[in-house]
Amino acid sequence: MEIFNTIANGLRDWLMGSLGFSATATEIITTAVWTLVAILFVMINLIILVWMERKLAAYFQLRRGPNRLGPAGFLQFPVDIVKVLGKEDIIPANADRFIFKIASTCAFITSLTAFAVIPFSEGVALLQNLNIGIFYFIAVGSTATLSLLMGGWSSNNKYSLLGGMRTVAQMISYEIPMVFSLLGVVMIAGSLNLTDIVNAQKNTWFVIPQLIAFIVFFIAATAELNRGPFDLAEGEQELVAGYMTEYSGIRWAIYMIAEYGNLVASSAIISIMFLGGWNAPFGLTFIPPFLWLMLKIYLVIFVFMWIRWTLPRIRIDHLMHFGWKFLIPVSLANILVTGIGVYVYRMITL
Amino acid sequence: MLKTQELTLNMGPQHPSTHGVFRCVLKLEGEYIRECVNHTGYLHRGLEKLAEARTYSQFIPYNGRLDYVSGMLNELSYVQTVEKLMGITEEIPERAQYLRIILGELQRLASHAIYVGTFALDMAGFTPFMYAFRDRDRMLDLIEAASGQRLMPNYMRIGGVAADLDEEWFKELEILMNDMPACIDEYDGILTGNEIMRARTIGVAPVSAEMALSYGFTGPNLRASGFDYDLRRDEPYGIYDRFKFDVPVRKDGDTYDRYCIRVAEMRESVKIIKQAMKDIPEGPIMAKVPKVIKPPVGEAFHRIENSKGHLGFHIVSDGSTKPYRTRIYSPCFVNLGFLPTTAKGLHLMDLVVALASIDIVLGEVDR
Repeated sequence: MEIFNTIANGLRDWLMGSLGFSATATEIITTAVWTLVAILFVMINLIILVWMERKLAAYFQLRRGPNRLGPAGFLQFPVDIVKVLGKEDIIPANADRFIFKIASTCAFITSLTAFAVIPFSEGVALLQNLNIGIFYFIAVGSTATLSLLMGGWSSNNKYSLLGGMRTVAQMISYEIPMVFSLLGVVMIAGSLNLTDIVNAQKNTWFVIPQLIAFIVFFIAATAELNRGPFDLAEGEQELVAGYMTEYSGIRWAIYMIAEYGNLVASSAIISIMFLGGWNAPFGLTFIPPFLWLMLKIYLVIFVFMWIRWTLPRIRIDHLMHFGWKFLIPVSLANILVTGIGVYVYRMITL
Repeated sequence: MLKTQELTLNMGPQHPSTHGVFRCVLKLEGEYIRECVNHTGYLHRGLEKLAEARTYSQFIPYNGRLDYVSGMLNELSYVQTVEKLMGITEEIPERAQYLRIILGELQRLASHAIYVGTFALDMAGFTPFMYAFRDRDRMLDLIEAASGQRLMPNYMRIGGVAADLDEEWFKELEILMNDMPACIDEYDGILTGNEIMRARTIGVAPVSAEMALSYGFTGPNLRASGFDYDLRRDEPYGIYDRFKFDVPVRKDGDTYDRYCIRVAEMRESVKIIKQAMKDIPEGPIMAKVPKVIKPPVGEAFHRIENSKGHLGFHIVSDGSTKPYRTRIYSPCFVNLGFLPTTAKGLHLMDLVVALASIDIVLGEVDR
């Protein structure tokens, strides 16, 4: 996808050459344009995802799903957004107003910043040369906990508070196996740069040597995303809607947007770290790399949705046991085995 | 040192999983329940008092408002009590008796389908919920075809039933009954064997046989605790003594057993309906009862095996056209009594499942 770089370079040349901006100003403007593109990307995906989730859930449940607005109900979500914009923005009486107002926006920002490092094709990323790309992704992703806790705490609602506390316990527990499982990939690739990791998978996708890490990461990512069967933070049946019980109107919608943004980001990371990123399998190179990556992302998202609409919710103590007593030991063992494997491989080849 | 504090949580009456307008006040330590107090009465409509102001026949439609997912069985219990009071129990025509059994068991199937669905839903299993409702819809279609109503059928009459059913209807019923075993297998496939579901239900909120008896448990909840007692078999009313069916019993009395009992009972209900369909004779559907029903002075108590437990009516007659007193013995209300004791020490997530597992319908709890 050279076209993105061509556009970026063209923009730079135009700003510096024709309009006479300084180098710093040009860089800032280019970054701003890229950020807008990222927001646009999230939004476009969001429309597809919400439609996809509704339709998939409906088909899993022997229903038809939305089918009134647009082809196969595709325009349901844009219309919903218009509806949500018209809703009253209710702030509970004794809420911590400032935190209540910024909490959902914070969630959106964290989900957006994660897109900065995700390369959609060779050299197409906001911060493409960040040599600690995966580290950045994890660091930014872990701040998402904070915005959910902010929402839960500031609502002055007991259900929200319980939801917020659950979020913290769950996310902190599952971040550890998530990071550990990625370490195996990093050890084989020998780099934290996402582009390098994809290039290291030209021959073999890391899902094959790192199958255990892939499974651990997938489970941990489900928990990180608050999706079923790990959607305890929302726990509709016991906590009404968890941390977002008191949210209404567009603030609630922003929470939802952030959630789907995280879903795309996590699926992208799974595709990049384990499923070969934009590398085409079986030599099917006639499909452009960008589309390959999107196909893989949507495949992963489909599995996420499949699991969500099949399984009942897990209980929180089982969740903790599973995280600490199973996933973490397994991911640690995976690091050990990978380490030995990499060492032996280097002994032989060098 | 951090200061810790007990959290008082008011769960309900507006809460997604209290199955209506039930309210309980919980004292939480973290998310574990230290104390639970039941509050009922948000759906109280004074049905017992209403019965005193209506003639005997006029009260039949109100039964659908009792336990609004098993209206047919409530009506059966009521009309059989009035018949007992009038002493015409033996005069009910054969065909009416069979129709009562078929529609009653159909209603039991529908009620248990709701149970399976909402039980799954309270563990966030939305898909099993839709599976159960798919089948329930077909049963309700049949009930609607018979009586004109889906939930409040008003089909039973003192002395018989309201309408005869034709061959078409029985054909549809046969198709449904042939499909049902496969549908129930589907519930088993998606829910019963599910590892998460089993982890969340086995050993949760167990009720021993002694406790079940002392709390007055009846119906499937009692049998889940290991006490083998089913009115249909042990004190047969109507013509239940003519059918062969098993009474499923389990022994642990935890939420998982209470769920399994319902699924097993659905299979038995299908058996009963199939036998009744085969044997049903032609003939009248109403006994010769007077236009104005005036039972002799006296009182009668009669109970049947409703889908939730023993639903009993105690009617006192003073010889006029209206009952002097009607008392409704509600299984849901009695079964609900176990919650404050059992809830102690449960996790908040388990409380919701425990509440779903005893199958309450607030219309009957509050009457």
